[in-house]
Amino acid sequence: MSVLLIAEHNNKELKAFTLNAVTAASQIDTDIHALVIGNNCTDVAKAASQLPLVKKVISIEAAHYENFIAENFAPVVIKLAENYSHIVCSANTFGKNLMPRIAAKLDTSQISDIIKVESPDTFIRPIYAGNAFATVKTTDSKKCVTIRPTSFDPCESSGGSAPIESVEAGEEFVSTKFIKREEIKSDRPELGTARVVVSGGRGMQNGDNFKLITAIADKLNAAIGASRAAVDAGYISNDHQVGQTGKVVVPDLYIAVGISGAIQHLAGMKESKVIVAINKDGEAPIFSVADYGLEADLFEALPQFIEELNKLNTIQK
Amino acid sequence: MKILVAVKRVIDYNVQIRIKEDGSGIVTDNVKMSTNPPDDNAIEEAVKIKEAGKATEVVAVTVGEEKAQETVRKALAVGADRGIHVKADGIIEPLAVSKILQKIVDKEKPDLVFMGKQAIDDDCNQTGQMLSSLLDWPQATFASKIDVKDGKLEVVREIDEGLETIEIATPAIVTCDLRLNEPRYASLPNIMKAKKKPIEQLNASDLGVDVAPKIQQIKVEEPPKRKAGIKVSSVAELVQKLKNEAKVI
Repeated sequence: MSVLLIAEHNNKELKAFTLNAVTAASQIDTDIHALVIGNNCTDVAKAASQLPLVKKVISIEAAHYENFIAENFAPVVIKLAENYSHIVCSANTFGKNLMPRIAAKLDTSQISDIIKVESPDTFIRPIYAGNAFATVKTTDSKKCVTIRPTSFDPCESSGGSAPIESVEAGEEFVSTKFIKREEIKSDRPELGTARVVVSGGRGMQNGDNFKLITAIADKLNAAIGASRAAVDAGYISNDHQVGQTGKVVVPDLYIAVGISGAIQHLAGMKESKVIVAINKDGEAPIFSVADYGLEADLFEALPQFIEELNKLNTIQK
Repeated sequence: MKILVAVKRVIDYNVQIRIKEDGSGIVTDNVKMSTNPPDDNAIEEAVKIKEAGKATEVVAVTVGEEKAQETVRKALAVGADRGIHVKADGIIEPLAVSKILQKIVDKEKPDLVFMGKQAIDDDCNQTGQMLSSLLDWPQATFASKIDVKDGKLEVVREIDEGLETIEIATPAIVTCDLRLNEPRYASLPNIMKAKKKPIEQLNASDLGVDVAPKIQQIKVEEPPKRKAGIKVSSVAELVQKLKNEAKVI
C-alpha cells in the first residue's frame, strides 16, 4: 500500500497547501510518493524531494502541463494509479477540478475534502457546509481522497532527499486550451487563506460604510468578508461572501460586524479559531458562536477599534 | 445547439439542518427543499443562451426520488423546454449520478451539459468532472462567465488564485459558480405553463446503472460545539482581550 500525492505548484515552487496534504497522506500510509506534473518544474520536484515524509518523487514534464489543465493531467495519473492504494490531493480549486476526473476513470467513489483520517479507508468530512461531520468508509480498493488543507498542519519542508524519477508525458488533450490567468494582485491576503478576516453585514447600511471595515482590515492585514445579506443589498461584490453559498473560511481571527448570524453565514465561519461579534442587537444569533461579543453601535465601535489598534501599534513600535 | 442542464433537489439553504438522533443522517422529512443554488445559475445561463438565439433547446434533468421532479418543474418554469426525471432512491453518489447522466447524454446528444459546481448537501464537487471524464469531453469548472462562440466556449473560471480563462470545444461540460448570473424568479403564468411541459420518467435501473453506494456513511454527528464566549463592555476591553488573552492581534 502506498500513497500517490499529487503536488500542487506553479512550476517554480510547491504551493503551501501541498505540505498540509503531505501531512494528511502520512496519516494514511508512510510510503508517500509525490507526483509533480508541470513544465520546466525541476525546482518543484527538488523541493518535493526535500520533504522528509516523501519517499520518492515522480516528475512528468511537458509544455502542455504548463497550465494545469485537468484533461491533460488525469490520464498520466490514471496510468500511475495501478501502483497505489490511495491518490491524494489538496481540496482547493486545483484538486477539486482534477481528482473527480481521475476517480471516474478508476471507477472509484471519491471522498472529498476530508478533515480527519480515521484509518486508511475511513475519513471524516464536513457536509452541509460544515453543519454536520460525516464519518465515511470507502469500499473501493483504490481510494481517491482530497484533503481540506486547513485541517492538517504543514509537514516539514526540508531535510529529506527522496529520489526523483522522471516519467514520460502523456498526450495533449486538444479540445481544452488555456488562454490566460488573472491572479488577484492585492496587498490584502486572500479570503480563503487569510489569518484574519473582517466581515460586514446588513448593519453596515451601505457600501460606502464598508470603508470602516477596510480601515480595520488594513490595520490587521486582514481579508474582507461579507454576509450574503450585504452582498444581496449591493454593498459589496459577491467574491467577498462568506457562508454556505460563498466561501468557507477558517481564520485565526474572524470579526463579524453588523452581521446577525444567519445559518447560512455561520456555516461559512464558525470553525474560525477566535470569533468576535460587534452588533447592536444583543439577541443576535452571531453572539452564540462568538468568543468575544460587543453589544454596540458599529458606527461608534469601529472608529474606537481603529483608535485602539493604533495605540497598540504605537506601543509595539 | 442543445443544452442539457442537471439539477439536484437539496434542503433549502436557509434551513438549519437537523441530525437524526441515531446519527444515521440528516432529517429531510417535512423540511423545505429547493433546487441546489448553483444549479439555478446553470439553468439561468442555459436559458439566457437560448434567448440570445445561440441554443435551440434546453433540457433539464434530475436524478432522485419521486419529489425530485419538483426541481425539474421549477427549471421548466424559468425557461427549460422539457424535463427528464431519473428515479432513484437513497443516497446516489456522484459517480453513479455521472454514469446515469452519461446514459442520458448518449440518448439526448446535447452539445453542452451545465450543472452547479457543487451540491450544498454532500458538498462533493465531483459530478461534472466525473461526467466529463467518462465522456472524454472538455470541462470548464467553477464558471463565472461563459461566451458562446462558433463550436467553442470561452469560459472564465473562479480559481483560488483569481480568474482563469479557457477555451473549450463542444461538446463540453460546464459547472457553474454562483457568480455566473442572477437566476430569475418564475412568474405565475410561466409556472402555469410549465405544468404542461413534458417530463420524461425513467428508472436508474432501466438505464443499467448500479447506484448502490460504494461509500458507507458510518455516522453523522454535530461538529464540536464552540465554548460559550463572553460579552465585553467596551472596545478597549475587546482589543486587550484579543491581544493578551486570545493572542490573535
